Parts: sequence; structure tokens; C-alpha cells
Amino acid sequence: MNVFDVMGPIMVGPSSSHTAGAVKIGYTARKLMREEIKEAKIYLHGSFLLTGKGHGTDKALIAGLLGMMPDDERIPNSFSYAKESGLEYEFEGIELRDAHPNSVMLKLVGIQGNKMEIIASSIGGSSIVINQIDGVEADITAAYPTLIIRNIDQPGHVSMVTSLLSKYGINIATMKIQRNKRGGNAVMIIECDQEVPSELLVLLSNAEGVKKVTYVNAVEA
Amino acid sequence: MSFRSLAEILNKCKKEDKPFWRVVLEDDMEERLVTEEESFEKMKQLYMAMKGADIAYEEGLSSTSGLVGGDGARMGRALSEGKTLAGPFMGEVMSKALKMGESNACMKKIVAAPTGGACGVIPAVLLTYEEQFGAFLQQMIEAMYVAAGIGQVIAVRAFISGAAGGCQAEIGSASAMAAGALAYLNGGDGECITHAAAMSLKNLMGLACDTVAGLVEIPCVKRNVGGAVVAISSADMAVAGIRSQIPPDEVIDAMREVGESLPRTLRETGEGGLAATPRGIEIKNKLMS
Ligand code: SF4
Repeated sequence: MNVFDVMGPIMVGPSSSHTAGAVKIGYTARKLMREEIKEAKIYLHGSFLLTGKGHGTDKALIAGLLGMMPDDERIPNSFSYAKESGLEYEFEGIELRDAHPNSVMLKLVGIQGNKMEIIASSIGGSSIVINQIDGVEADITAAYPTLIIRNIDQPGHVSMVTSLLSKYGINIATMKIQRNKRGGNAVMIIECDQEVPSELLVLLSNAEGVKKVTYVNAVEA
Repeated sequence: MSFRSLAEILNKCKKEDKPFWRVVLEDDMEERLVTEEESFEKMKQLYMAMKGADIAYEEGLSSTSGLVGGDGARMGRALSEGKTLAGPFMGEVMSKALKMGESNACMKKIVAAPTGGACGVIPAVLLTYEEQFGAFLQQMIEAMYVAAGIGQVIAVRAFISGAAGGCQAEIGSASAMAAGALAYLNGGDGECITHAAAMSLKNLMGLACDTVAGLVEIPCVKRNVGGAVVAISSADMAVAGIRSQIPPDEVIDAMREVGESLPRTLRETGEGGLAATPRGIEIKNKLMS
């Protein structure tokens, strides 16, 4: 909690959770995709479904997917910007299990054909959580610069990653490690105190045992 | 670490012989690992954005429901025609509060303070104060820190969202923050600031969040006026030397208790209060179809 959690953000109205939070979800998803989005199937859950239209949640999500931030004055007209940039989208209702009332599932396809499925929630104020990425629990808040490293579950990979980070003077705020089975696929989710330079991202991507590196900058506001 | 009570802030003011706003600013520097300049710059940006939003108000806009828009300008006209009882300061505050609330409902750019629904209260009193009393920008930013410090304690001790604690947590908190800021601008010390905040919260305690059709429109826009006017009267009482007989931190705790005992229908579900009136339901049905 800091003073800027109660003062700000600068945002397009009307609702910090249903509008600004929704933009942030879309924006973070766009960052996670690391390419422009061609197709988006958007499944609204709970209060996002019930009052989303009146709060502009639909416009906000699309704006975020187009790379707009919560204070972007183009948000009210995001549908026409989507048309211009060739983003096709569809909205549906859904009942997600054990989900926060302000939740959404996004099924995205990028212009290079990458696919991603994300479940995210707007949890109050304009704070958000990315709960799941492609079925893996993620719990990313995007309040910090976040690294998501998919690797093979073998000894040594975690210490390799943490020592590379410290070599670059990057402090780890939180770190979570998960795997589907012993020796199978693992995910490291690391929230950092500093931004990670692209040079280091390349090093990490090429490191042994690492399958994929995704990076999300902290989203201000 | 963020402050858990207003008393904690006051103790620090006394021990280190620093004004309220500086204690809050230094806490932010520690909390976010930033310099004084960085913190101050960020707060200034928010204040400038409030100004920008006030200027950008458009009378002709209307909201999703089509029921919100134009009232800020209506109020402004009545004021300039000399038809109001409130007088030039409070009248202008009322007009600005309406304008900002309307801009928010119409998807314009605003500053959440502490939320979108309550975004009109703090800028209404601060911008009008600056315009009419000729304060320096520096002082205005200091007042923003005073407001933020109060809001932060309320957020930690209670809540600042209608879904969690009803409208007392949004408009009530905004009003308490604004009252503290005004008391500071008008010469109040730390103690005076906290009592101004407490008196605002007391006056708005129990306020339900009963949004018609679940939208941040009715009653939100007009409640920004209530929050702002209560802030002025609370600040004036505090500066006059009137004190809350219940200590400010205990008032915040009471607000939490009241919020927790509000039924779900009065916490941003759009099911109770004004939302459940025949007209409220009619509006909702019309929007749904
Ligand atoms: S009625 Fe509810 S949504 Fe509207 S300002 Fe109050 S708390 Fe916010």
C-alpha cells in the first residue's frame, strides 16, 4: 500500500475496477503475447458480464489488447481502432469456477500465429491479477516488472537464472516455481524490483534448459 | 511501511518536528524507493491532471444511460446569475464536483481519488481553493499529500471501495481526505487535519452504495457534491477549534464496522436503495433491453 494507491491513477472513467483494471488486463495480455493480436475471444464472468457494458469494460479490454494504457483517451472508441488495425473480437458470457467476480478469460491469436489463453481478474482499485496463462497458475499482478521463464525441470536452472539476475543488479521481489511433473515442464515467475534489460532477456532465452522467456513491464496506473 | 493510524503520523510529526504532508511524502520515498523530487513530481502530475480534467469538461456529453451530463454547467450558470445560496466558494466547488463526476461517467480522463466514482470531491475543493485564494502550486501539492496520507490510513484500517464498504468508503473517504487537505491549507496543524477528516467521515457514515443499474452514474455524480460540501464544513469546524469527541482513528474503525454490517444489496451490487426504486428498476430494464 502506498499513497498512490489512494491518489490516482489518471484514468478514463467511469470505474477503476471495471474500466481501468480491464484496460490493464488487456494491455498485460498484449505484452505477454509479444506480438500484435489478430483474434480475441473474450469470455466475461460475473460482474464483468452483468455491468460490464455500462462501465465500458468491453471497450476497455479491446483498448488494452491494442496496447492502450488506462489513461488513453481513445478508449471510448477502441472498437473502431480495432477495426482499423484488423483485430477481430467476439464477446461471450462464461461461468468460471472459483473466480473473482470481475474476471475474464481471453483466447488470443497473434499475427504470427501464437496462441495464448489467459484468465485474469480486476481485484479492486485498478489492481489486477493474471491468474492463469495456458492453464498454468501464474498470479501475476503486473505491479512489478515480471519474468516468466518456462524451462525443463532439471537441477541448476533456478540458480542459473537468479545468478544472471544478480549479475545485472536486479533484485528479486518475489519468486514462484511450479512444474507439472518431476523432470517435466517447469515455470519460474519472478517479480523484480528493476526493469530487465533486453540484453539479459536474450541471455536468458538462450540459456540451457530454458524453453521460453516472457517479460512484462510494470504497468503504471 | 505504510501508516496504520493517523495517530502514528501525528507522532512522527511531533517527534521529528515535521509537517503532516512531509511525513507522508517521506514515507512514500521509503515505500517506493524514490527521491523526494520523484515523489513530488508524481503527485504534481496527478494534480495537473485534475486541472486538465476540469478544463476539459464538455457540457454536451452524456453517459451510457443518457441520464448523466450537463449538470455541472447548469450549476455554474446558476452561480454566475447569482441564484445560489451557497456563495461563490461553495457554489464553485459544487459545480466542479458535478463536472468531474459527469466527466467520469462519460468515459473522459479523470484522476481516481480514491476511486472513479468519488473522483470529483478532492479536485473540486482543491482547484477552487487555488483559484479563489491564490495559493502557490507548492502548497496545493502539499495538500495532496495530506489527503493521500489520510486516504492511505483509511484504506489500511477500513476500505475505500463501495463494493467492500458502501459509499461511505468512497465518497466518505474522499470527503475526509479533502477535509484534511482544506484544513491544512487554511492553517490547521496535524491534529486539526485529522479532526477535519474525522468529522467528514462521521457525517457520511452509513452511506450506501446503491448504484442504479450498477453504473457509476446515479447517485455517484451528485454525491460528489455532498462529499465536497461536507469537507468544507468539516474543515471549517476543525479550524474553528471544534474537535471530534471520538478519536479520528476510532471513527475510521467505526466506518469499517458499519461497512461490514451493510447488507450485500447496498454494496455496489446495484440491487438495493435507489437501485431498487421503481424508477431505478425501469432504468435498468431499459438499459438491458
Ligand atoms: S454510490 Fe457506489 S459507485 Fe457510486 S460513488 Fe458511491 S460507492 Fe462509488
